Amino acid sequence: MYNLVNTVSLKFFGLCAALLLSSALLQASEKTPQATYNQGAAFAIGSPASSTEIAGWDIDVRPDGVGLPVGSGSVEQGALLYEQKCAMCHGDFGEGAGRYPKLAGGEGSLQDARPEKTVGSYWPYTSTLWDYIRRAMPYYAPQSLQVDEVYSLTAYVLNLNDILDDDAVVDQQSLMQIEMPNRDGFYLDTRPDIQNDRCMQDCLKDTEQKLVSSLAQPQVDVD
Amino acid sequence: MSFFSDEQERQLFTTLETESKPLPGSDRRKFLASAIALLGAAGVAKSASASTANLPPQVPQWSKTLGPGVLTNPYGKPSHFESEVIRRTVPWLTADRISSVSMTPLASLSGIITPNSLVFERHHSGVPDIDPEQHRLVIHGLVEKPIILSMHDLQRFPSVTEIKFLECAANGGMEWKGPQMKSLQFSHGMLSCCEWTGVRLSTILAEVGIKPQAKWVLAEGADGAGMARSIPLEKALDDTIIVYAQNGEALRPEQGYPLRLLNPGWEGNTSIKWLRRLKISDKPWYMREETSKYTDLMDDGRARKFSFVQECNSVITSPAPEAPFKGPGWYRIEGFAWSGRGKIKAVDISLDGGNSWQQAELTGLVLSKSLTRFSIMHHWQGNPMLLQSRAVDETGYIQPTITQLRAERGTNSIYHKNSIHTWKLDANGEVSNVQLS
Repeated sequence: MYNLVNTVSLKFFGLCAALLLSSALLQASEKTPQATYNQGAAFAIGSPASSTEIAGWDIDVRPDGVGLPVGSGSVEQGALLYEQKCAMCHGDFGEGAGRYPKLAGGEGSLQDARPEKTVGSYWPYTSTLWDYIRRAMPYYAPQSLQVDEVYSLTAYVLNLNDILDDDAVVDQQSLMQIEMPNRDGFYLDTRPDIQNDRCMQDCLKDTEQKLVSSLAQPQVDVD
Repeated sequence: MSFFSDEQERQLFTTLETESKPLPGSDRRKFLASAIALLGAAGVAKSASASTANLPPQVPQWSKTLGPGVLTNPYGKPSHFESEVIRRTVPWLTADRISSVSMTPLASLSGIITPNSLVFERHHSGVPDIDPEQHRLVIHGLVEKPIILSMHDLQRFPSVTEIKFLECAANGGMEWKGPQMKSLQFSHGMLSCCEWTGVRLSTILAEVGIKPQAKWVLAEGADGAGMARSIPLEKALDDTIIVYAQNGEALRPEQGYPLRLLNPGWEGNTSIKWLRRLKISDKPWYMREETSKYTDLMDDGRARKFSFVQECNSVITSPAPEAPFKGPGWYRIEGFAWSGRGKIKAVDISLDGGNSWQQAELTGLVLSKSLTRFSIMHHWQGNPMLLQSRAVDETGYIQPTITQLRAERGTNSIYHKNSIHTWKLDANGEVSNVQLS
């Protein structure tokens, strides 16, 4: 009995000591850089980014219109710009030149053996078109267009796809109200979608296999 | 092709002439005459290599002369005998070489690391020439403290170094409808594996403090394409790295110098090169490269979006069209396996087009989201074979057949084709690309 009490009290003492020690360690660790970092308080490396600095690079636009600057452009203006800056690669009517992307046509082709994925047949949002023209077009001179020029070219590409009329003018509000034909054509990745078996012997006993050695016609779309 | 450049030859001869001065006249003449003969012999060493002049019992020419000294190539380069081990492109794939792709010569690699000079390239507006002193990474959006980091700033954070594969979503994508690439380099070469060093994106996000509504991160490049992708915050806080070095040196320009993102196991396009901006938001952006491109079009005309992971895959690299067998006997049949979901658990090899399989040995390092080597020893009798490899990853996922992939997804999805690959080995040891379906 005595021994038991003694053991218990020793254990109790040990527990108290451990608590005190861990509390001391905790206080000490709060002062380490790692603890500071884990609390998100950081190393204070780098410089604060001012709103002016951010503004120069903050070019992204979302489908809900966030990021779209004030401005406007017309199909008519866009046609002139397109002829000067775009037609040499994308063709006079968005049909594409050489291997450069086709921009128009292909409606209803997405289930075909050779689908044509264009702005009109495939792209779900107008914001993507506006954003991409501003950030990456024309190919040989990216980020060279004025905001209104981007609106005009966006309008013209939509016109080539029969989504806007010849006399249409778009701005930051009206562009967001245009519903693209394939806006509901996308769904979240569902992989893993295939369950193979790890068969080791006689795996083809009920299977007819055909050997194909090469395609007659090259399939070219890679991206 | 000479062993030495003209300048090296002149320098070497001058040295020989100086060194031989103390020799008596006739000895010196003999010495110089033999030196000249050797220099000439070195010049034709390549053509001589096909003969027996350098084979036992002859003493090879290179054992009887001096070679170039240190700093002949201050950075260093492979032996000129390896001049065929280079990246290559398929001209008809793209409109020009500025927005194009080149492939890694997988059949020539050893181990799991791809040398920096051979890592596949994919650019959308060419390679920008970025001065690291002037390069900046801006982090803003739904953060407590928007910041700008210089390259010097980034090097001060805690760093990580990890071996991870990098694969284009379209690797193998030319073969959904049937085999058409004549070599392993073109059928699977949009694939490389490096040791990457940098800062965890989670470290940087802790630095700026993300707001509770945050769900997505936009990563944007400083190239002319302004390449931009939406990355879910879960990934960003998991294993994404902001990388400044590969295989022990600064990133190569074509790999994003001076700074890139690396999303381990995910399609290469999300690992934004020339990284200049990270913006935190509550919604994805639906950029061109996550709508028009890098979405997987299914048979029903609808497409899968945000299909990030590169599923478990494998390919035999020897034999291959570039690495035929030369006569019957023992051979090591080997290849690469990889999975964007983790480690490779097993690889099986079939020599009869998938009827029977034997488990291969995993050789070397088996790391998560890394290329992994597998091999078997096989005594080839000179018989035609249909060679296949089938990888299994640690999640239990088993690499599918092309028939299964087509049944599920059709043939128009371009991306994420990870089916079991078939090489046809002929009696003469030549290998060609075929499909069994």
